[in-house]
Amino acid sequence: MTITTPSDREIAMTRVFDAPRALVFEALTKPELVQQWLLGPPGWSMPVCEIDLKVGGAYRYLWRGPDGTEMGVRGVVREIVAPERLVATERFDESWYPGEALITSVLVERDGKTTLTLTVLYESKEARDGVLKTPMDKGLAQSYNRLAELLATITSLD
Amino acid sequence: MVINRLDQTFAALADPTRRAILARLASGEASVMELAEPFAISQPAISKHLKVLERAGLISRGRDAQRRPCRLEAKPFAEANGWLESYRQFWEARFQRLDTLLKEKKRK
Repeated sequence: MTITTPSDREIAMTRVFDAPRALVFEALTKPELVQQWLLGPPGWSMPVCEIDLKVGGAYRYLWRGPDGTEMGVRGVVREIVAPERLVATERFDESWYPGEALITSVLVERDGKTTLTLTVLYESKEARDGVLKTPMDKGLAQSYNRLAELLATITSLD
Repeated sequence: MVINRLDQTFAALADPTRRAILARLASGEASVMELAEPFAISQPAISKHLKVLERAGLISRGRDAQRRPCRLEAKPFAEANGWLESYRQFWEARFQRLDTLLKEKKRK
């Protein structure tokens, strides 16, 4: 998995899955599947997961921690090109970044494997940097291309 | 504070020449002249990059007045790597669950 910051306002994650993209797309859009993997830190469940999969349709996610703390997010689907592209807005109930974010998921299939690129576009650089610094499970970090590789070289010498 | 230090660390790392300098220093200390060698830029330009890296606490300079060798300081890297690691771990845990789910679905 790689994490990059393609622009001042974005964070992007890329990961390859050993499955055809139609299946990965389902796992991103069917509530009963999303609920099984899009969880929070260990011990958190996802009791609410509703997705009205159509352009203009709303979705609602709610996570609950071991101590009863809840964290919710809602948004609207903006674009659906099944099974290759999905765009939706995102707004947390208790916002830890200003404004709304736009999440674009792009799925590319090759030899039966799917590369998923998830790009989050924030309203401002400040909002993005705020997310990178806000502890969600005590850790959201900023990264740069090739940084991980460099860090691995350097910290292994320590 | 750790966060301010991280800002400086990441700003310092945003430049390809500075990353190359750090990669070079990972294999041992070096003087400004030695560091300037592989780059098509002047020693003053390298010195400017070294100042940024020094301010971010990523490198330190030796006292030897002539050579002032540069060496890597590991602590900020460990901090930056810690943040990167927890972010990665958070998402990797989700993606691993997705792997398992996809495997189950594929069998059906």
